Amino acid sequence: MEGDIANMGQFIGAGLAAIGSGAAAIGVGHVAGNFLAGALRNPSAAAGQTATLFIGIAFAEALGIFSFLVALLLMFAV
Amino acid sequence: MATGGEESGALSFHPMDQFIVTRLFCSDDAETAINECTYDIAWYELTNVTLWLALAVLAVFAMLVLGTRNRAVVPSRSQSIGELAYGFIHKMVEDVAGREGLKYFPYIMTLFMFIVMANFLGLIPTSFTTTSHIAVTAVLGFGVFIAVTVLGFVKNGASFLGLFWVSSAPLVLRPVLALIEVISYFVRPVSHSIRLAGNLMAGHAVLKVFAGFAQVTAIAPIAIFGVVAIYGLEVLVSFIQAYVFTILTCVYLKDALHPHH
Repeated sequence: MEGDIANMGQFIGAGLAAIGSGAAAIGVGHVAGNFLAGALRNPSAAAGQTATLFIGIAFAEALGIFSFLVALLLMFAV
Repeated sequence: MATGGEESGALSFHPMDQFIVTRLFCSDDAETAINECTYDIAWYELTNVTLWLALAVLAVFAMLVLGTRNRAVVPSRSQSIGELAYGFIHKMVEDVAGREGLKYFPYIMTLFMFIVMANFLGLIPTSFTTTSHIAVTAVLGFGVFIAVTVLGFVKNGASFLGLFWVSSAPLVLRPVLALIEVISYFVRPVSHSIRLAGNLMAGHAVLKVFAGFAQVTAIAPIAIFGVVAIYGLEVLVSFIQAYVFTILTCVYLKDALHPHH
């Protein structure tokens, strides 16, 4: 085991940043689950809302991707 | 790369190595291979990015132009795939951006076909995923941003700024909302491009991590099954991210054409 305290902080920071990916997973599941709940109540209206579903998923997912990117930057670029 | 590949323990290759841009036709000298092929690449040199971008364009050409060359009332297989893609995007533009948006359908169709082909070509083993690089997706994302902003001002003049002035909100809140709207408007191209690149990069890195686990005999069967499962997910993600990129372009286009809340 070797390395310095800055290296250690880098890896700990990357791990902490990766938590955001899990949070985004919760968000995406929430969007999709609520869509399904609504779609089962009124199936005839569901087809027109799939575009909204994907936009919602994309916005929720983007923030998780940002945290993943921060983790990658800490691992490889800093 | 602050820490080299030797830190990654059991893996004999680094999961991020697949994203390195290298020269084409590069002499593979064993010791200096990395230095010779990847350092100081000038803008005019042919790299693996150039190759796979060109292949993506050729794939679009093959599918849409060659596929519909022998047009028939009863379409052949390749023609019906092309028609399916055309109808899909046409309907999306009409639904999201309205009938006025159909004027800009060729641009959106081009974006979708290029991204979806680049994504799918990146799934071929040992190929290079061009859309996993922010340099590639930022050109697409900022292109959309500039095009949409210019279009908004050309179509609406100064009243395009009404996009930032939420007239349905109480008067006291409007300056605060205007600030938030302006910030979110300028973050759009960043999130638009990073979403695509980040998704592709994350998926392909996970694929390579699972492939690295397959070297360890004890967990190899699980790892190989994992690679297959992740690959299936990646096929889905490739399409969905191209779809999301395109539909967000349509949303931005709608904002440019109808800036009032």
